[in-house]
Amino acid sequence: MVAHLLSLKWRLLLNGFRRSPGQLVGIAIGGLYALGVVATLVGTLIALRWADPETAHTAVVLGGAAAILAWAVVPLMASAADMTLDPSRFTTSAIPMRQLLTGLALAGFIGVPGLSTMLVALLTAATWWRGVPAVLGALLGAVLGVLSCVVLSKVITTATASLAASRRFKDVSSIVVFVPLVLMGPIVAGVFRGVSGSTGYLPELARTVSWTPLGASWSLGGDLASGDVVAASLKALIAISTLLVLLAAWNALLKRALVTPPYSGGSRKRGGKLGLFGLLPATPTGAIAARALSYWIRDPRYAASLIVVPLLPVIFLFQSAQSGSYSMLVILGPMAAFVLAWSIAADVSYDNTAFALHLSTGVRGIHDRLGRALACLVFALPVVLVFAVGPFFLTGEWGWLPGVLGLSLGVLFTGLGLASIVSARYTSSVPLPGDSPFKKPPGNVAQTLAVQFGGMAVLFLLVLPELVLVIVQSVTGDPLWGWINLAIGTVLGVGLFVSGVRIGGRWLDRRGPELFAQLSVNR
Amino acid sequence: MTVQLPGSPHTSPVPALALRGLAKRFGGKIAVDGISLDVPAGSFYGVVGPNGAGKTTTLSMATGLLRPDFGTAYIHGVDVWAKPLEAKKLMGILPDGVRLFDRLTGEQLVTYAGLLRGMDRDVVAHRVGELMAALDLSGDAGTLVVDYSAGMTKKIALASALIHAPRLLVLDEPFESVDPVSAANIRGILDNYVGSGGTVIVSSHVMDLVQRMCDHVAVVAAGRVLAAGTVEEVCDGASLEDRFVQLVGGGNQAGGLEWLRTF
Repeated sequence: MVAHLLSLKWRLLLNGFRRSPGQLVGIAIGGLYALGVVATLVGTLIALRWADPETAHTAVVLGGAAAILAWAVVPLMASAADMTLDPSRFTTSAIPMRQLLTGLALAGFIGVPGLSTMLVALLTAATWWRGVPAVLGALLGAVLGVLSCVVLSKVITTATASLAASRRFKDVSSIVVFVPLVLMGPIVAGVFRGVSGSTGYLPELARTVSWTPLGASWSLGGDLASGDVVAASLKALIAISTLLVLLAAWNALLKRALVTPPYSGGSRKRGGKLGLFGLLPATPTGAIAARALSYWIRDPRYAASLIVVPLLPVIFLFQSAQSGSYSMLVILGPMAAFVLAWSIAADVSYDNTAFALHLSTGVRGIHDRLGRALACLVFALPVVLVFAVGPFFLTGEWGWLPGVLGLSLGVLFTGLGLASIVSARYTSSVPLPGDSPFKKPPGNVAQTLAVQFGGMAVLFLLVLPELVLVIVQSVTGDPLWGWINLAIGTVLGVGLFVSGVRIGGRWLDRRGPELFAQLSVNR
Repeated sequence: MTVQLPGSPHTSPVPALALRGLAKRFGGKIAVDGISLDVPAGSFYGVVGPNGAGKTTTLSMATGLLRPDFGTAYIHGVDVWAKPLEAKKLMGILPDGVRLFDRLTGEQLVTYAGLLRGMDRDVVAHRVGELMAALDLSGDAGTLVVDYSAGMTKKIALASALIHAPRLLVLDEPFESVDPVSAANIRGILDNYVGSGGTVIVSSHVMDLVQRMCDHVAVVAAGRVLAAGTVEEVCDGASLEDRFVQLVGGGNQAGGLEWLRTF
């Protein structure tokens, strides 16, 4: 059975290549990158063979601990949780639990990250090529450490997947739960920067970490090399019990996931509350705006794409606090404008085949485009204004305000116009309605990347006038250019917005059925 | 061509739905192979066929959801592919295997369908209330559609198709996973609708249902119409199910699968 699961994973990986050349290219690039990283790490580990034991121990333990943390965090942060062997698919197969666990854990190694981690971990034996016990300890530690990596990542993805799959929970808390994860990047970066500022502290840190579940397994080789058998056996005990605890947790979570189908009904509710449909104008455009706004609030896929917006100032403030200069903060406005405007570039793809309703009711394309864009504008405009003005209370360089405001509004309106065209013509692969926003979407990844990056490149060209004016202002130092930028950004932006909505609407009128056919492919 | 004799009962000369040489190919597979069909106004028309016969593809092309490779469709004389907006005003559609905007409540979804058609808010509100009551969904009007059962989802989709009082209803598998009580309920609504001059087209592979409910039927297989006309004409004395199997052919011999009897 274990062998079956392994070959299934292997087969799925291979069939993934067959499905689209885009994925093949993606994995080839990923593979080359991983190969470079692995080669560097392997070289470092071999070089450490001739370093003094203290340095080698510090590097191996801290590196290993970082690997475990990465395995826990990356699948969530990169929204790349590997769901090819989604445990809920085995619900009806009656596979004994022990075999399922073993199979899924081993299958976790098949793939670029798993193989790379295993290879690098095993090569810590080269670092400790200083005696038989040290090598054996390093190998044992590597096996324990890599298993912990894989099982920990399984525990975390299983836990969040079953949480994120219960709809009620998802609606309320997808934002709350993933905020700390998104912020993990700057926090970790800050800690590392603080640490690397005082290298003398590192060996001490490594010694402490080596007594925790994160570092215990990676410390075995070093401890045995310096002859500390007692510490080594205690740490082996820590590492083994860590793995056992993780396995038990995974076992429990998986058992629950297998008997809890991803459905949770709500209580019956009588009608009478039309919500936004009662507030906005009773026209096709108003109804589409009301529908889109309801989705921004209720659909976790939209919420997930907005998470980053409130976190932008936090990340930038954090970085500014470290560098001591707040002038970087002025790009908050244009950046938020870009993120918000571009968030509707895949709007029709998010609808999936529900778009049939728009097609069958004979909505005119321009109403469709305008309703969606206005819904986004309702909250995007205030947010962008606040983000554009806010930083100047910290920097005090008010002379820059008009220029930054012009650029922000230009990006917002131009982006909305362009996104209206893009989503009327091209589909992107996005998570299906009802799926976790962090589940890997089906469909052609290469086309999605081409559409998204091509669109962004065009957007960059379209806002060049505003960008050039910002540069002119910084060269001449004349605030007049800022006021010109404000005028140009607003007028040009709104002009492009109107034409974007019009062109998108016309394309939608002409190619509605073809767009719907494209949408029907990914369902 | 039938010649209208003077004095004979005069049915509406323009068919509610006229398909003319509709054809569609997906890759190398021909899904619909030149279908022409007249659905008389005021009829309750059943389209039956085995799985993969091209029923859904044909209905999608007839309703403006899928562009045909050849041919076109006319709704009460309006060309669906030349004047799509005008044709779509005349019909209500229940497509099969299509998602709904299921994060709206049931009542919001039907309201949305009404407003998209440019209807007045008060008219929509009034009709939504009556539709929800008629389809026995009033108790769940405020529940999100994503939390509906499969049968309730069908019913809410039907309500969305009815909101603008269309002259033609095109329903793809309307009774799938609908419980018997609701099915009888829906049939009552559809019978009344036909009685007052509307036209209904349903696709199904439940022969009994079609024979009891419809007055006209077309048998479709492998992308072609094998027989079409009134139920009496097509059945020719036999039951629709027997006639269907006879027309479509095949019908695997009940041999094989001996192991299924060994337990």
